[in-house]
Amino acid sequence: MPTFLPRFTIEQPSTLAEASQMLASYGEDARAYAGGTELLLAMKHAGLRYERLVDIKTIRGLESVEERDSSVRIGALATHLSIERSPLVRNRLPALAELEANVANPRVRATGTLGGNLCFAEPHSDPATLLLCLEARLEIAGPDGERELGIEEFLVGPYEVALGVGELLKAITVPLPGPGQRAVYRKFQVHERPMLGLALVLDLDEPDRHIRSARVAVGSASPTPRRGAAAEKLLGGALAQVERRLDEAAESLADDAELLDDIEASAEYKRHLIHVMLRQTFELATADGAPSLPHLGEGAGG
Amino acid sequence: MTERTFAPIALRTRVNGRHYELEIEPQETLAEVLRERLRLTGTKVSCDVQVCGACTVLVDGLPVSACTYLAYEARERDVLTIEGLAPSADLLHPIQRAFIEEYAFQCGFCTPGMIMAVKSLLDYRPDATEAEIVAYMEGNLCRCTGYRPILSAIRRARDELRVKS
Repeated sequence: MPTFLPRFTIEQPSTLAEASQMLASYGEDARAYAGGTELLLAMKHAGLRYERLVDIKTIRGLESVEERDSSVRIGALATHLSIERSPLVRNRLPALAELEANVANPRVRATGTLGGNLCFAEPHSDPATLLLCLEARLEIAGPDGERELGIEEFLVGPYEVALGVGELLKAITVPLPGPGQRAVYRKFQVHERPMLGLALVLDLDEPDRHIRSARVAVGSASPTPRRGAAAEKLLGGALAQVERRLDEAAESLADDAELLDDIEASAEYKRHLIHVMLRQTFELATADGAPSLPHLGEGAGG
Repeated sequence: MTERTFAPIALRTRVNGRHYELEIEPQETLAEVLRERLRLTGTKVSCDVQVCGACTVLVDGLPVSACTYLAYEARERDVLTIEGLAPSADLLHPIQRAFIEEYAFQCGFCTPGMIMAVKSLLDYRPDATEAEIVAYMEGNLCRCTGYRPILSAIRRARDELRVKS
């Protein structure tokens, strides 16, 4: 028997300033509404109630994906599908294109937005984990003008982000990778949402078989995605030596990740997964030749 | 919450090529409008959480979960449901025919959603590979037929549509 949504009205702002003003004046009675893939679910089944949904899709220009100042700038309303299919993202950030091709299912990808995914902050988020590792920055618009925030400051906890009253996410900017940078994201999943996602970004000096620097993040397994500073140190240096330190790095990453026992798996099992997936992503990131990009959600699952 | 009234909204949309001007409440889902107001009951609701795919319909060619998608979003857009797929009353769409020929359903409850998902896949990727088909269809669940006949039906539909084009 289907559940009915509680009643609400829909507001249609035409500018960010108007939306921001609406959210500020309605306070907790209103919420920004984009793709609705998380919000409507929570309103249907988790008792979340708002008198007004502020439909920010009536604001123009928030869905573009473009290159700007050595970054890929993704409008908050770009859908997972449009990011997956964006030639710019496919060419310059193939790991993100591949990730987006595997978010949830085709219906969620067609309606769900990247901005909505980040703002709702459901802890099992694929994009948040990779974007943390890619050091994405967020453009935020609010009643007092605009500000910029690193994604690590933005993601505060489960369902909690650093948006003040009346503030809205405007765009996500991802720095373009340097010539030696290899980024890989893999997830392990048995139900609808990932049990664990692992992102690895290596800055590789290929002729010298040397890793200049490394970034690694684990997500979906803890309250927010986490990077491991000690693991990142262990992942730098001569390739052959780093390979021998992978288990040590995995252990350190798991220690730093604040792994949770939950319905998906025990913390102990997730620790095991980190070992397996760090090795897997390491092999992919250091393999010869650029990895080919599948057209539609092929092969990046668990 | 303060006491306030929730006014109905006007919805102009096209469903299976036909224009509609409806008065709906903002919280009505597309599945509710299709099933209750338009009596198009081919679209099924099962899990109600966007996981099973039984309620898949196409909006401007893209698949959505009608169970959790506001009918409001279909304003000035084209909605295609299973009822609008066949080209005429006595001729089924190749995907529908392939599902019959391959015995790709038993109870049939997931079938309309399956077929609409296949339509959105083959419209975008007429040459979809086996791996692409499997990955794409992960979002549509069947609990009685089994997936092998469904996969055979999709392959058959793909090959038939390819010959036609």
